[in-house]
Amino acid sequence: MYELKFDPELCLHCTTQACLTRCQYMEIDGETAQKEILKIARGEDSFVLHECATCYACEEYCTFGNHPYYLIAEKQELLGISPVPRPLIQRAVNLGIPFRGQPEIKEINGPVLNIAAFSELTYLIQGKLFDGVTPISTDERKMFHYFCQLMYLHYGRDSVIKERLPRIIETIAKHKPTEVVCFHDECYGAYTSYCKAHGIDVPFRPVHFYEYLYNRLVELKEMIRPVNLKVAYQRPCSSRLSPDKHLFVGRIFDLIGAESVKREFVDENALCCAGAIEGQKREGSRKGAAMQQQKNVEDMKRAGAEVCVFNCPACFQTLGGTVARNGIKPVHMSDLCRLAIGEIPAGWR
Amino acid sequence: MDSIYQSLAAIVDAEHVSDRPEELYIYSFDLGTAEPHRPDYVVSPETTVQVQEIVRLANRENIPVVPLGGGMSLAGLAVPLRGGILLDLKRMDRIIEVNEKARYAVLECGVSQGQLTSYLERHHPHLTHSEPGAPPAATIVGNVVIHGQGDLAHPYGFNSDMVNGLEVVLPTGEVCSFGSCAVGASWFTNHPMPDVGLFLGWCGTTGIITKLSIRLLPAKRIRGIGRFVVDDEGLVPEIFYKLTHTQMAEDIIAFSSAIPPFASKLQHFTVNIAADSEKELELKQQIIWDDTLGEYIKRGDGAYLGFTRSLERPQISKTSDYKKGGGFEYVGSIMPIEKYPECYRRGREISERHDIPYTVTGRCIGAAHSMMFAWTYAFNRADPKTIEGARNALHETDRLVLELGGVIWKPGTFGQKLVLERLDPNTRDLMKKIKGLLDPKGIMNPGNWEIP
Repeated sequence: MYELKFDPELCLHCTTQACLTRCQYMEIDGETAQKEILKIARGEDSFVLHECATCYACEEYCTFGNHPYYLIAEKQELLGISPVPRPLIQRAVNLGIPFRGQPEIKEINGPVLNIAAFSELTYLIQGKLFDGVTPISTDERKMFHYFCQLMYLHYGRDSVIKERLPRIIETIAKHKPTEVVCFHDECYGAYTSYCKAHGIDVPFRPVHFYEYLYNRLVELKEMIRPVNLKVAYQRPCSSRLSPDKHLFVGRIFDLIGAESVKREFVDENALCCAGAIEGQKREGSRKGAAMQQQKNVEDMKRAGAEVCVFNCPACFQTLGGTVARNGIKPVHMSDLCRLAIGEIPAGWR
Repeated sequence: MDSIYQSLAAIVDAEHVSDRPEELYIYSFDLGTAEPHRPDYVVSPETTVQVQEIVRLANRENIPVVPLGGGMSLAGLAVPLRGGILLDLKRMDRIIEVNEKARYAVLECGVSQGQLTSYLERHHPHLTHSEPGAPPAATIVGNVVIHGQGDLAHPYGFNSDMVNGLEVVLPTGEVCSFGSCAVGASWFTNHPMPDVGLFLGWCGTTGIITKLSIRLLPAKRIRGIGRFVVDDEGLVPEIFYKLTHTQMAEDIIAFSSAIPPFASKLQHFTVNIAADSEKELELKQQIIWDDTLGEYIKRGDGAYLGFTRSLERPQISKTSDYKKGGGFEYVGSIMPIEKYPECYRRGREISERHDIPYTVTGRCIGAAHSMMFAWTYAFNRADPKTIEGARNALHETDRLVLELGGVIWKPGTFGQKLVLERLDPNTRDLMKKIKGLLDPKGIMNPGNWEIP
């Protein structure tokens, strides 16, 4: 079985304990933080395991790359401390089971774009930006063969990821890709962060969607007309697993003439969409999630955003309606980029 | 060309009558497992007078008449078991009146659910109707004739409870009106006229409803669906009970199905909530999810799955995609809510015995006074063996409904026989007398609800 590479020594010598002291959902001082993270590492119960909002942010806050969130998710399962009710876990675990036959494997021998479990969103990968890259997982009936499984971190079911992810990687590798552009940054995080932290072999080169979009926009620079929109970016929890790629958000906005509005909840301080929070067991989760969403959107409004840009389809589904009701247009990043090169974005409604 | 064909053509014009084999074939079956039977003629009238003339002709010539609405019952109720004239009523599709203040609509019998929904959305956005889970082509009259229920069944009951008045062509050709319209008043109420109750639930065996007044209900500005899930079917009745106590929901449905896998062995609830403001919506959400179901969430026995704005009609028809060949039929029943766990468990057993992925659904009617519980079975239309398998499963389920103390909803001929075998003999005799009185020649939809 794959084991998490977590080194408690690093926590002992850490001076900031940023993983927990910077947590947006718990008030924890440095001394308590160190004590609790070491307790968790030893496999002991900790209030952190019960209170965790599963926002992934501590993965980014840890300056040693010691994977505190993977540790929390693993120990939640080990100690039977589930952040969500039992039926929700069963539902989620069942959700990722492929049930419509085997995938049709075609050897691509070139770059592929893995749209993973979002086959119904293929309209977001159309147009010139995607010339030369072959999409895989476009068949809704087969999409769960390409589903990175990382969402089970939200459910305290790390074992499901360890069990299924290697098979998913195997399926993708059968297409013989030279590189795999990951439509969702959760997939990118799975292949570059989770797999590395657990010693799972990834026999292809994952490419972050934004890095891909940025490079394509540079190639198509002649076609770009500034969009002249004030934009807010809804950073998804999974981008905390690849913080080194977050800079492409700003680079893309600069390139296409989108003005990133000055917000309180931005970059490392971003608020998650709260989709994972509303179903949690803790009392007040539903209401708390709704309040957080409102706080997030108010911040966008205050900053003068006209458009809210999403990467994660789950964030879009959770927050898109609230954003729209507040007079801000929700849009996927690829659609904004298509707009910049004079195409009509498919999801621009 | 035969004389009956010519007589029909004289009534409705030649464009709207046919005896061509390819058209008779289309009308010989419905989408379920019922054996096909061809009509001799298909005719599509446009007016009540034409319906009258057709029925008089049928009476004279002793030919069966089978009225057809959207043809969506799935139970073979409009399959012409003894041939005769298939009366396709879709051309009678006028929405005659919508009374905004008294909240009712007067419709012709061919008006479809989708037609009324879009008409109200466009012209009367403050009004809605209780729309069933059937495809939009199902007709309003077809639904009340079978005692259907819709997405307002929790607050308002069966759709047939919302009838304000009827115009009916009797099997002998006379036209009768029922409700306030019968005394020359408008179509605003069915009460307090003496109860004659001769047409609803009779599946077109006692007459042809040509006009209907149906109650419309308030449409709130925001309508959406909240979802909840439990893994213990034993919790479903008490959750139904608690949810109905809040009086905050428009529709409450529980379901479970083997496919897609996320729904397997779990009981999902969809709870439709409507509000005119964000404040009202949040209040209702708080009462339903936090105050009423919060205890299940805290214990870890139940989970809130979020709220989506806009309504999605329950689509049992999706079951048709579970097996190659796209066929499905279901047994519906009206059951006490407390029977949900047994209905679910026994239904799964039947499905598994017949190698069909199980699908069960329970919709709350009234304040948990009963539920419509349905067991759906998929089959391959091109494979007689799977059709036979589904038919056997349906028949087993018909027996199960009665064994569990429920009543089969819109039974096909097999289920009708089971019901009639158990029916109070005096009631059966009365039904026979009524049928004989209204339809002395037995021409109306023969083969259905026949009492020997």
